[in-house]
Amino acid sequence: MQKESKSNSFIFPKTPTGVDGLDEITDGGFPKGRPTLICGGAGCGKTLLSMQFLIKGITEYNEPGVFMSFEEPSHDLTLNVKSLGFDLEKLKTDKKLVVDYVRVERSEIEEAGEYDLDGLFIRLGHAIDSIKATRVVLDTIESLFSGLDNQAILRAELRRLFHWLKTKGVTAIITGERGEATLTRQGLEEYVSDCVIVLDHRVIEQVSTRRLRIVKYRGSTHGTNEYPFLIDDDGISVLPITSLKLDNEVSSDVISTGVPGLNNMFQGGGFFRGSNILVSGTAGTAKTTIACYFAAEQCEKKEKTIYFAFEESPQQLVRNMKSINVNLEKYIKNGTLQIHSSRPSLNGLELHLLTLRKLIRDFKPTTIIIDPISNLITVGSEHEVRSMLVRLIDMLKVNNITALFTSLNKQTDNFRPDLAEESVSSLVDTWITVRDMEGIGERNRGIFIVKSRGMGHSNQVREFIITSNGIELLDVELGPQGILTGTARKSHQIKKTMSDIKLQNEINRKDREIARKRRILEANIEALKNEFESAEEELNILKATEELQEKLGSKKN
Amino acid sequence: MDDPSESTSAAKHKFMLFVSGMSVKSGHAIENLRIICDKYFTDNYELEIIDISRDTEQAVIHQIVAIPTLIKTDPAPKRIILGDLSDKEKVLRILNIIE
Repeated sequence: MQKESKSNSFIFPKTPTGVDGLDEITDGGFPKGRPTLICGGAGCGKTLLSMQFLIKGITEYNEPGVFMSFEEPSHDLTLNVKSLGFDLEKLKTDKKLVVDYVRVERSEIEEAGEYDLDGLFIRLGHAIDSIKATRVVLDTIESLFSGLDNQAILRAELRRLFHWLKTKGVTAIITGERGEATLTRQGLEEYVSDCVIVLDHRVIEQVSTRRLRIVKYRGSTHGTNEYPFLIDDDGISVLPITSLKLDNEVSSDVISTGVPGLNNMFQGGGFFRGSNILVSGTAGTAKTTIACYFAAEQCEKKEKTIYFAFEESPQQLVRNMKSINVNLEKYIKNGTLQIHSSRPSLNGLELHLLTLRKLIRDFKPTTIIIDPISNLITVGSEHEVRSMLVRLIDMLKVNNITALFTSLNKQTDNFRPDLAEESVSSLVDTWITVRDMEGIGERNRGIFIVKSRGMGHSNQVREFIITSNGIELLDVELGPQGILTGTARKSHQIKKTMSDIKLQNEINRKDREIARKRRILEANIEALKNEFESAEEELNILKATEELQEKLGSKKN
Repeated sequence: MDDPSESTSAAKHKFMLFVSGMSVKSGHAIENLRIICDKYFTDNYELEIIDISRDTEQAVIHQIVAIPTLIKTDPAPKRIILGDLSDKEKVLRILNIIE
């Protein structure tokens, strides 16, 4: 029935599942008015997924639902989903939900002659009609196969049942246990062919990940990958690859790095908003300190920040940062900063990603810090980590969140830090490396920028020190052999001041000598002057005597 | 009590037969059961025929899935037989009646 084929702009009618993320993968939900098969092994979340479909249908779309359970009594179901915050009893009394437990006990039953499953039909029909349900779940109808002998009848009746569900116009979920060669043990996929979803629960290297895949979906496009999903307090959430295209908006807003001096190494004066920054380095090169500086800077500007610490607990981080005059506590108190600490091995990679996603959705941060991403590698293979990080970075870019990752290099990678990054480096926009510079009996820290997309940057390796006042980038000290650090810097500085003093002394001495020479010169001038004066005087006396003699001579004549 | 079957004849048999409307199989089941009961229990039985298409609640209470379903409540043990009871020998064996 319901063969829809009209124009090209026709939209396949769908029923939203209410399961976080699943609607995105299925492009709107399950096929409306048709049965959907959900199959998977034991404990992979079939019942929960279908229960969530019903409950969300009631609470969010006001579509009453019928849950026909072949496995668990109604009471058990109520208890099981109560831990997820679903109150079945209330929905039942509100006439929004009917739970019918169908029990078929093989030991009690004998078969003699032909029969059909009208009993089931009538019960289901009655339940649907009594609350005008549009959503139906049959969990797990295959139990009938173990309860009843006559497979031929059963198969014919199931075919009739699914057809009947279609004519009823209800959107149904049929769950089935995974079979050996087929999707379900009894080959239910033969009967339910509109939409088939397979759930899977895999353990790889002691870490389990649940995955979901849409095997087929008639009449609709859908994601074909295996999507990891998570079961937590809010039920199931599926994680689609957030963006398949790279067309997110970009911002040319520049934000400060928080480290005085580091800003000056960037031509723009900091990072671009919404970019990804990688801080890599060997152990003890102050990656976390730089990350905390950035966090504190962002918090100071009232930017909401989440700090994921995979190595330290929040308390420890706060204490450690206090020792270098970074007070994170006040930001935690005023609500701009959240620190989440967990061991990487707590979850699979995908779960970490999902947790991140949930937190990002709830807290709406503009900045996140992951310290360090290299620890995640212990959880998955390099390939998996990379694929997870691609998705993470996509997710952050879409939300225009500035992200700073730290990454620990192994000591052996020290010579070629560019090879040590689990190929993350090509994903990030800005890459800062902090490194040890070992010299004569000492170790100094240096910082340099490997790349900074869309922004000019300094090519220098800057030495920095961490004091109780925090990070301080030192000015570049050039020596004959290049940049000087640590003691070399100090001795160079002392030498420089010594020679400066010497030079000054020499100048002073020369000045004094000149002064002395001038004084001698002046004295000489004075002496000559005196000599000249006495000679002049002698001449004058001589002249006077001569005049006198002439006067006397004329008087005689 | 002029009953030919010895072992089970003493107790009174109580049956519940669940049918749905006027379906062919339901008709057959009623017919077959009547024949058996008349032959082996004569008047010493009680038969309640429940049409679940009208009395749906009963289907839920008694966990009815297949139609027709015959439930023997007395004498113990309780037996549930699915089908139109056309396999007469099997029905008799289940009901513990020796011909």
